[in-house]
Amino acid sequence: MIDILSKRYYYFVFSLLVILPGLILLSTNGLPLSIDFTGGSLFEVQFEAGKTIETGDILSIYEDAGIDDAQITTTETGSLIIRSSFLTNEVRDEILTTLTETSGAEVSVIRFDSVGPSIGKQVASRAALAVGVAALGVIIYITLAFRKVENAFRYGVCAVIAMIHDVAVVFSVAGIGAVFFDWQMDALFLTALLTVIGFSVQDKVVVFDRIRENANLLRRLEYEKLVNHSIVQTLQRSINTQLMTVEFLLLALALFGGVTLQEFAVILLVGLLSGTYSSIFVAAPILVLWEKREWTTWFKRKEATA
Amino acid sequence: MIRNLTNRIILIVVVVALALWIDFSREITILNPVTDDTLFTQDVAPRLGLDLQGGLQVLLEADLPADAQIDPALMDIAREIVQQRTDALGVNENVIQVAGDRRIVGEFPGLEDTEAVLATIQQTGLLEFVDTGDFNPEEGSILATDYSPTGDPVEPPADGSTVYHTIMTGAELESVVVSQAALGAYGIDFVLKTDGSRIFAEHTSANTGKILTILLDKQVISAPVINDAITGGTGTISGNFTYESSNAFAIQLRYGSLPVPLKIVETRIIGPTLGADSLNKSLVAGLIGMTIVALFMIIYYRMPGIVAVLSILIYAIVAFAVFKWFHFTLTLAGIAGFLLSTGAALDANILIFERMKEELRNGRNIMQAVDQGWARAWPSIRDSNLSAILTSLILFWFGSTFGATIVKGFSLTLAVGVGISLFTAIYVTHTLLVIFLRSFKPKNLERWFGI
Repeated sequence: MIDILSKRYYYFVFSLLVILPGLILLSTNGLPLSIDFTGGSLFEVQFEAGKTIETGDILSIYEDAGIDDAQITTTETGSLIIRSSFLTNEVRDEILTTLTETSGAEVSVIRFDSVGPSIGKQVASRAALAVGVAALGVIIYITLAFRKVENAFRYGVCAVIAMIHDVAVVFSVAGIGAVFFDWQMDALFLTALLTVIGFSVQDKVVVFDRIRENANLLRRLEYEKLVNHSIVQTLQRSINTQLMTVEFLLLALALFGGVTLQEFAVILLVGLLSGTYSSIFVAAPILVLWEKREWTTWFKRKEATA
Repeated sequence: MIRNLTNRIILIVVVVALALWIDFSREITILNPVTDDTLFTQDVAPRLGLDLQGGLQVLLEADLPADAQIDPALMDIAREIVQQRTDALGVNENVIQVAGDRRIVGEFPGLEDTEAVLATIQQTGLLEFVDTGDFNPEEGSILATDYSPTGDPVEPPADGSTVYHTIMTGAELESVVVSQAALGAYGIDFVLKTDGSRIFAEHTSANTGKILTILLDKQVISAPVINDAITGGTGTISGNFTYESSNAFAIQLRYGSLPVPLKIVETRIIGPTLGADSLNKSLVAGLIGMTIVALFMIIYYRMPGIVAVLSILIYAIVAFAVFKWFHFTLTLAGIAGFLLSTGAALDANILIFERMKEELRNGRNIMQAVDQGWARAWPSIRDSNLSAILTSLILFWFGSTFGATIVKGFSLTLAVGVGISLFTAIYVTHTLLVIFLRSFKPKNLERWFGI
């Protein structure tokens, strides 16, 4: 049987290598929050072919309307996305009218989002609360579901540590995406994040369930061997469910699903992958580490090598 | 072992038939076979979200201090009024919902002229001061008046009822406050603008002792008697007011009919082309993904794989019917949630099949392996799916308080999808597999089960 658990410290290092670069990017550049959380507006318009206005002119139209923080990006389809602080509907109408007059042709509105500043802050704080409630719910649920196993509480805590790992991976991906693909954290990002949390826990439960079952069947086996045995037994299922089915569905969504869902699909893809990885290479090793109280030997080892 | 296989087959066939009926209809009608009366009818037309067909979404928030407690009943009334006002516009299938304790979210699918909707929501009700002479109309009754916002003369009603003269409208009101003349005697003090003061002075001097009826959107809200001429541009409406009723009246005078002042804090407009593009692309993506997954399942698991694909198909048929029956709005995020729940449904199948293979390798015969596989896989399927439903519900709660319909749609389809997938994995896959085994009696395990 493959010995997965003995190399556990390598997995921890690998996880850090995945998580740290994105988090460093995030901490240097700040969170790329979208207007969903910061408030502000996004106005996407399409001009008739050949009737485009210079970006400088658009900026001055915005300035005339009293908005001086507009930023303009051009999309692949040739439409313009103008981001700025919160626009009331009156100001938007005024701007649209001026745009139409200046270009001398019909301007079609593809998308307009405008979020007041107060609402954004509340969404952000409520989102943090939702994640906190979810984490607490998970600990309670797992402790209850595993109440017949020794140290049931540990399973809940390990699931949450692995969950935090997955959240960190998602943030890391978002940080990298923000730098290279101009991604923003919006309501869909939050949805993806919470889904990753949900499925991460689902995956831990499958592995833990096998440990629960084996603990009864193989009472005399050493704990590390027991956990290793359980991981190997669920390995095929993990690969088939996650890689072959869910990841394929998400990959299809990311490749063919249109712009709106692309970022969402990629984040889910990486997040769910991380969820499966962390069941095997984070949550289970920590269970063993906890059982053996390995932290008592960490510093001794250092002394020995020094 | 499955004892009552026939019953199971009948149940599955009935459920699938019902689901197919719903899937392919826009409306379900059941007639009484004897009298041909309609016994039951349910609209099951598919509803596309704003992100798929384009449209307008606005989030309205109570324009009150953040710490002010708002009576939920007042929010409900405000919601109804917004619904009535926008329904009158002829906009179809718009959805107005209270979100949390101080917000209302309005969705207007397929709408392009957004200005009209926004103006209608924010408009204040039409307040009129009407001369009804000696007639004291009942509160709540509807009166016809000669006021016309466009200035064109008003057509007299066909039934010949009296048209009353509007002296002035609520536009002439400068401010309105609740006052207390004596302990427990509440009234409403108002200050008029310059024009209003003049009109009011003229009218009240000439009509002392007559009744001045106050109408809101043609509905009588109060009919006080003019006691004295009001010449200074300020006056008091007194009557049998309690603190609450005087307050409600003052609010009506100030904001029109909305009991809670509303401001627009969020607007989202999705153009129709973006919507259609997203719908087509995500459907294609879903189809491609599902095809690959189906191929994988069949190649890897052989006969159980075919059963799983059939079972997933049944899952999709049932889930779509449930979504239509309960009027779920289909959004992009909803489609993603549905795909993920399909993943959860497959996961249950895979867990069972892996367990079955283990039992087969341990030397059990096929029927034993099938039963053991189910029994052993069940606890992990149950616990893992319950945890997924738990997080979906937390998400749903989060989405509803903020009118974040995208989050709501996603979590709802995910939770319901996972729930239905439990039924199909445990019930349908098991039954189908037993039927297959009994009718084919496969001898070569390697070929049929991919062991």
